[in-house]
Amino acid sequence: MIDQHYYNAKDLAKFGNIAEFQKELGDKFFSYYGEVFKDSHLSSREKSLIALAVAHAVQCPYCIDAYSTDAFEKGWSEAQMMEAVHVAAAIRGGASLVHGVQMMNKVKGIAM
Amino acid sequence: MKSLNAQHSILADAHEQLEIIEHGQTGDFATTPFQRKLAESDLFPLKPFQVEIFQINIGKMCNQVCAHCHVDAGPDRKEIMTLQTMEQCLTVLQNNECLETIDLTGGAPEMNPNFRWFVEEIKKLNRHVMVRCNLTIILANKKYHDLPQFYKQHGIEIVASLPFYTKDRTDRQRGGGVFESSIKALQMLNEIGYGVDNSGLILNLVYNPAGAFFPPSQASLEAEYKKALMADYNIVFNNLFAITNLPVSRFLDYLIKSGNYETYMEKLVNAYNPVAAANVMCRNTISIGWDGYLYDCDFNQMLELKVNGRTTHIANFDIEALNNREIITGQHCYGCTAGSGSSCSGAVT
Repeated sequence: MIDQHYYNAKDLAKFGNIAEFQKELGDKFFSYYGEVFKDSHLSSREKSLIALAVAHAVQCPYCIDAYSTDAFEKGWSEAQMMEAVHVAAAIRGGASLVHGVQMMNKVKGIAM
Repeated sequence: MKSLNAQHSILADAHEQLEIIEHGQTGDFATTPFQRKLAESDLFPLKPFQVEIFQINIGKMCNQVCAHCHVDAGPDRKEIMTLQTMEQCLTVLQNNECLETIDLTGGAPEMNPNFRWFVEEIKKLNRHVMVRCNLTIILANKKYHDLPQFYKQHGIEIVASLPFYTKDRTDRQRGGGVFESSIKALQMLNEIGYGVDNSGLILNLVYNPAGAFFPPSQASLEAEYKKALMADYNIVFNNLFAITNLPVSRFLDYLIKSGNYETYMEKLVNAYNPVAAANVMCRNTISIGWDGYLYDCDFNQMLELKVNGRTTHIANFDIEALNNREIITGQHCYGCTAGSGSSCSGAVT
């Protein structure tokens, strides 16, 4: 039976099941994923905050759920987490606006 | 804020708590039975290695009323261990040298009027003593100001609660002003050598999550604590114990009221770690209640689940029987086996 809606919070816990349909690639992805979030040149704590910002940029509800918890567990404050979301918003907004230069170039090229 | 007991909350009743923990608020919440998980890990029935740690809860009275407290401790709790029960504990220690570490807890154990006498008597028996100190007790009243010196004089290991290195999270869990007092108390302890390298005076801190989430990696968090407390307050300490909150008493009340109960329980169950299960603290610890009854751990004590077998009170203590007992487990035990595991000394893996 397929749920009559696209997102279900309980599906987050089933993320690992994606390997069911393609084990080799699924296993490789989770192995890579695990490596990415380990303490290295950046700490896993810092990576968690980056992940939170990216989750908002890509607007993934599963990722926002997971990394809101993870970042808070790792000790980031509410204010720090919101600033990270603002970074995502600023980059997204900036990404639109910087294309304004392209628009300006085009208009300047065709205008008398 | 009053204790659940003073509020006459139904959660002040251990049987009501157990009903919710086993079957949910409406009686139809089912998670994998903990015993089945243990069986899958070849750990059922759970048996002790050997009892080495004697954890004595010498009273529920406390100067604080923390939002997560599994003891439901507070100033309105009058249950404290009597001198007679303490004497029975001392007799047991005298007769059982295998009980190497004595872990004194509460409430605020220092509020028991016979606390100092008890510590001195235990030290005469040449045992390692740990005291679970909430830090603010040191500043709560003039009569407690010399506790740091008392601890130093007897070489007591201090296990001090500091749920976070920032004021906001600490005060949310433990009450307004607690962070500031805790910092002052830590500075007093540092001044006489506690937590200082090569002083021989051990000062460990305890982290508890301030909400419905798990502790992060203990090692990473310890590094964060050390960096922040040194930079902001010039404070040093030895180790950080990261402890998972179990769904017992006030934390259970919080989970229910905040709508987090089922999600938190599912998260605990999904995070079951067989390696952590093999190293749970009840395998080498016995918990003694303020009234002398024996329990597998402090959580079972608060849920009034006495040890299996014929030796259930300090008055008829039998180490052989305790070493061969079957440990009583339930759904709350998932709190000690999730992720890196949790014990009174932090992660177990």
